[in-house]
Amino acid sequence: MASPAPLAAAGQVGGDFFKERSSDTLPCQANESHLFCFDWARENIDRYGTPTQQHLEIVVLSVAIGFAVAFALALLAHRTRRLQPPLLAATGVLYTIPSIAFFFLLLPVTGFGRDTAIIVLSAYTLQIIYRNTMLGLGNVPDSVRDAARGMGLTNRQILWKVELPLATPEIIAGLRVATASTIAIATLVVLISAGGLGTEMYGSNFNFPTAILIAVAIIALMVLAFDLLLLTAQRLLTPWRKARSG
Amino acid sequence: MRADLVSASFSGAVEFIFAPQESNVTGGKEVGGFDKTLELLVGHIEVTVLALALALLIALPLGLYLGHKGRGELLAVGIGNAGRAIPELAVIALVATLVGIGMRNVAPALALLGIAPILVNAYVGVRQVDPAAVDAARGMGMSELSIIRKVEFPLAVPTVMGGIRGAAIVIVATATIAPLAGVETLGDFILNRNVYGENGLLAGAILVALLALTIEGLLALLQRRLTSDGLKVKTA
Repeated sequence: MASPAPLAAAGQVGGDFFKERSSDTLPCQANESHLFCFDWARENIDRYGTPTQQHLEIVVLSVAIGFAVAFALALLAHRTRRLQPPLLAATGVLYTIPSIAFFFLLLPVTGFGRDTAIIVLSAYTLQIIYRNTMLGLGNVPDSVRDAARGMGLTNRQILWKVELPLATPEIIAGLRVATASTIAIATLVVLISAGGLGTEMYGSNFNFPTAILIAVAIIALMVLAFDLLLLTAQRLLTPWRKARSG
Repeated sequence: MRADLVSASFSGAVEFIFAPQESNVTGGKEVGGFDKTLELLVGHIEVTVLALALALLIALPLGLYLGHKGRGELLAVGIGNAGRAIPELAVIALVATLVGIGMRNVAPALALLGIAPILVNAYVGVRQVDPAAVDAARGMGMSELSIIRKVEFPLAVPTVMGGIRGAAIVIVATATIAPLAGVETLGDFILNRNVYGENGLLAGAILVALLALTIEGLLALLQRRLTSDGLKVKTA
């Protein structure tokens, strides 16, 4: 009974959604006043392994792809100014389309599964990463750029050795927001049978908060872990900031 | 499952929106059509407007006040950061589980998602106002309330509206899964695939996307109307 039977693909929704899951019939479910059932949590925590792993994979791949694309677009727009308004508008429109609609609009093209999830989630990160990279590059003082040029640096050297290092805090700030929201939105990929922690929310009986709360807790921990990771990366990449503030 | 989807097409989905049709799952019963679409569209807009109004009522005065006082930066920014990491599905699932279903429970839950962007942007917008302008207003004898109303708010409109647009986006999007908590919205077409079929699924996605883009467009227009001419000259 307690063995974590793999959930049926959560593609079937609607009426089935509210049906009880057989393995959930445990002591404290009968008592509805229980907000959190520790017995169930202890026995079933292992069922969260696979969804957590799927969730992580989808988030890491989406943010990595989104970053690569947005960063390249930002560098392009940095060099060719007249590309800026159309790029800002395009990334903005992508961001405006609700993720659920976006998933299903792609279905006739890419079908159910992880590919569609990653395409949509990476499209969502574009706006914030692109905007923050442009913001960071724009915040570099002209005097610094002039000094670099005066020292004989080429445009390419100025970009990679002066402008991008100075823009790192803004770029990382964009990545932090993008990662946190991607972790949150990735709960919805269960709707296109791409797994993730949404499976445990969606597949669980709506009369049973424990299953949902565990998934929420894992998501919160994931957000915090990624945030710390990115902050550490920022500290390592910009050692001069610490020296100045300390 | 992939094979099922061959039956869904954009033309079929558009037909579904305007005229009832037999779906691949209902065994002859006709589903969809313009009347049903309109009914769900109204439901979607209703819950969205209610939630956005509720979020505005709470977050806008609080954000403006905190920004004006220069207090509670940690609170405002903390709520903003935490707000972005709230999974929409978890909000709907927990409301349905712990609070109850229906409009009366779902609208406040959606409002909760809209509070973070509005609060942060109102706070940041007011904080960005040139202190000299505020000092000048105070020197002219304006009350604190009229400083907020006549100086800080007009100067913060672009930022404030950015927050409201962000809130509208997340509320419209999340209203799509509101049927899981007993509120009929366009999400019905998407979530009840065994009623509306593949064309309904795609039709729902198209309608939700169009609705979001329309609301975003309307708010952008409103922002332009509300922004004072003085600010437009500066940015141009």
